[in-house]
Amino acid sequence: MAFKNYILVCGGAGCEANRGVDLYKTLQKELQEQGVENEAQVVKTGCFGFCEKGPIVKMLPDETFYVSVKPEDAKEIVAEHVVKGRPVARLLYDKTQSRTNAKLEDIDFYQKQVRIVLRNCGVIDPDSIDEYIARDGYDALAKVLTEMTQDQVIEELKKSGLRGRGGAGFLTWKKWMFTKQVASNEKYVICNADEGDPGAYMDRSTIEGDPHSILEAMTIAGRTVGASQGVIYIRAEYPLAIIRLENAIKQAKDYGLLGENILGTGFNFNIEIRLGAGAFVCGEETALIASTEGRRGMPIPRPPFPAVRGLWQKPTVINNVETYANIPMIVLRGGDWFAKIGTETSKGTKVFALTGKINNSGLIEVPMGTTLREIIYDIGGGIRGGKAFKAVQTGGPSGGVITSEYLDTPIDYEHLQKLGSIMGSGGMIVMDEDDCMVDVARFYQEFCVDESCGKCAPCRIGTRTIYNLLTGICQGRGTMDDLQKINEIGRAMQKAALCGLGQTAPNPVLSTMKYYEKEYLAHIKEKKCPSGKCRDLVTYYILPNKCIGCTVCARRCPVGAITGERQKIHTINQETCIKCGECLKACKFSAVFRR
Amino acid sequence: MAKLTLEELKKLREEKRKELNNRRTEGKDVQVIVGMGTCGIAAGAKDTFDAFLKEIDQSGLTNVTIRQTGCMGLCHSEPTVEVIVPDMPSVVYGNVNPDVAQRIVRKHIVGKIMINDHIFDKPAADIIK
Amino acid sequence: MLSLEIQFISLTTEIAEVLILNTTMEKPAADDKKLTPELKEFIRQWKPKPGNLIMVLHRVQEHFGYIPRNVAFEVADLLDVPLARVYGVVTFYHLFKLKKPGRFKIAVCMGTACYLKGGEDIIKELENILGVGLNAVTPDGEFSVEAVRCLGCCGLAPVLSVNGEVHGNVKKDQLAEIVAKYKGT
Repeated sequence: MAFKNYILVCGGAGCEANRGVDLYKTLQKELQEQGVENEAQVVKTGCFGFCEKGPIVKMLPDETFYVSVKPEDAKEIVAEHVVKGRPVARLLYDKTQSRTNAKLEDIDFYQKQVRIVLRNCGVIDPDSIDEYIARDGYDALAKVLTEMTQDQVIEELKKSGLRGRGGAGFLTWKKWMFTKQVASNEKYVICNADEGDPGAYMDRSTIEGDPHSILEAMTIAGRTVGASQGVIYIRAEYPLAIIRLENAIKQAKDYGLLGENILGTGFNFNIEIRLGAGAFVCGEETALIASTEGRRGMPIPRPPFPAVRGLWQKPTVINNVETYANIPMIVLRGGDWFAKIGTETSKGTKVFALTGKINNSGLIEVPMGTTLREIIYDIGGGIRGGKAFKAVQTGGPSGGVITSEYLDTPIDYEHLQKLGSIMGSGGMIVMDEDDCMVDVARFYQEFCVDESCGKCAPCRIGTRTIYNLLTGICQGRGTMDDLQKINEIGRAMQKAALCGLGQTAPNPVLSTMKYYEKEYLAHIKEKKCPSGKCRDLVTYYILPNKCIGCTVCARRCPVGAITGERQKIHTINQETCIKCGECLKACKFSAVFRR
Repeated sequence: MAKLTLEELKKLREEKRKELNNRRTEGKDVQVIVGMGTCGIAAGAKDTFDAFLKEIDQSGLTNVTIRQTGCMGLCHSEPTVEVIVPDMPSVVYGNVNPDVAQRIVRKHIVGKIMINDHIFDKPAADIIK
Repeated sequence: MLSLEIQFISLTTEIAEVLILNTTMEKPAADDKKLTPELKEFIRQWKPKPGNLIMVLHRVQEHFGYIPRNVAFEVADLLDVPLARVYGVVTFYHLFKLKKPGRFKIAVCMGTACYLKGGEDIIKELENILGVGLNAVTPDGEFSVEAVRCLGCCGLAPVLSVNGEVHGNVKKDQLAEIVAKYKGT
């Protein structure tokens, strides 16, 4: 016999610290004392987020969400909720605290996430077109083919305010309109699935979880702009996504939802897959087109824009995966529905890959305008290991860092740009006190050196020069002049580089220089790395008054740099030491010290 | 499958929607849905999937369907599995290794008792009704 | 082949690359690889499609594990493109290799999340275990290690993959075990 109620008590680290275990036991005791132990089961769960409001209790099946629940509240929860079936009002999560959920009337839960792009991910079998169809799949295409004119589709997109999710945030309806307006016997629709940002995997997950939504949206785009051929340009590093796309294309063709005479309407549209081969610059649309044509992925100056002259010199619509995934919902529910979600200038939701030093890393989708604090603490469950939050990096090698003082900034295109970062594709990497910002800037610059295609001098020489200067700073050879040089080169690249990669390559370093100047100065003036990450700038010592001569560190040292007899004070030979920090981790007596 | 017309697409949708909602196709009213994106598979979702197959086979249960789906977004607790049992709220379990899979079958599906320490919150309400 | 090389002379910008090609691609003596009939058929099917070069090279690399020198000549010939373009494309994209990798390709993720969580230490430890560094092959031809940009499993950082099989939350002391699992199989 199943229980009537399930009382889920969050067992995450944050809630445990707030007497979550006591609460769990008290609830069980109360169930027995009030004689309803067969009515409800108390279940300890994994972290539910909202850690600052812990302990969290969620009642099933009615989805009631209680916050800051103390063991003393157990009696009332059992007496009211379990016995009488009435929620305990004073413990309910106050929805008005959340700025984002009130805006969409049909979503009225405590959750911070709204899933439009990811509506089917984790719900349907991605290999089953039937399950996609059951959840309104290809309904939008049917509507576009039979009930809407091309201009009406563009009008809905205009109302929706949808902007490109891949980079600069150009309005999607404009791209489509420009392409539609150009007269040409052939046009193309391209899906950019060349998700090259380190730390981002939104597009991979979207395709792996819901490949048909991309096919449907591309077909809608084809109908709207007058194209009959689509191309999905996808990273070869995503084999599972490629297999699922191939399978989806085959199923759609079998059903007549792709190919000739779609749904008997006389409209023809085909989609083929082209593989990337590991070049970040191919995320730039003109480079992507060059690569699709089988050439080296080098960008060309715009204009002409691909909307006028794109693939094989024909008018071409290029959108990224996430942009497309929104489109069937906009067509079905209308542009006005979509425009209700988000902020004044940034409509809809954004998918982020929340990773780094965070408890609940994952793929999340939040309405535009959600604050970083909500994302990191309510959804992400805070910083791993109880460490201090330092920064969030967004936009990958083209983006910048956001510091703790801006945690309450609503995330949208404009606010991020103002902070010197960008929406980018949606990687959101959380950093804690152990991460060195100079080193992070160096890491991204190294990436840009590798990925610069070499066509234009500002990017080719600029990235290399900045990288060399940053390496020098990390190794203790930096001067104040170097900072000045980085600044000048960076500003010049922003203005003079040919494509988005070069123009944004200095962002990580300029942004960290702005917000973490002190760290740069510590590296240059004091030759110290405050977080201890830059190995050339740290020294490990053994404190003689604490060392008891247990020999653990000496045995752990990979290069034999530690000497000392048993029960005698040990010393580190600085010449041999490679500064791996193993001794610091190994010592149980806090005798190893890092400076 | 023959090419669909507009009418046939509508009909197919109605049929499949009923199937998905009722989840009682061929008398199978229990569903185990394993997240099989790249992350999930890297974290061992295939072993989890096989463990469910084996355990359900050994328990002689005939009313359980095991399906795959994409990423549920809970990367920190992969592999993730949604379990739907009649008269019980559907829940998502995280960090489901073959051992936990066995417990889910024995306790949750057979015994109708939820398992401690592995339930995670579904990240968002479903916007498709 | 002579006619093919004369063709290059007019393409002044690409001459330098051809010279490099002759020196850096594996020498013919050590490389008697030839396109198989299946690969030739694949190329024949793709030939009429514009922009086929990258797709063909993917297929070739899938078969050989890299782009052998002789095969590059054959591909250029069959597709009717200058060899310099083949070389240009092969060297532009990170994924294409001119050298034969190990039987087991270890790809250590150096995406941001993995980097922050110790990707570099993983590479150093692998170097200790295998005795060869990045982009080199162990003398027995079993393993090669490369650093790659984001395998897309950031939630499991740090990660590495061996011939495409992803291992997540990798700790330094598990590496010997992972290597042993593949060695000699």
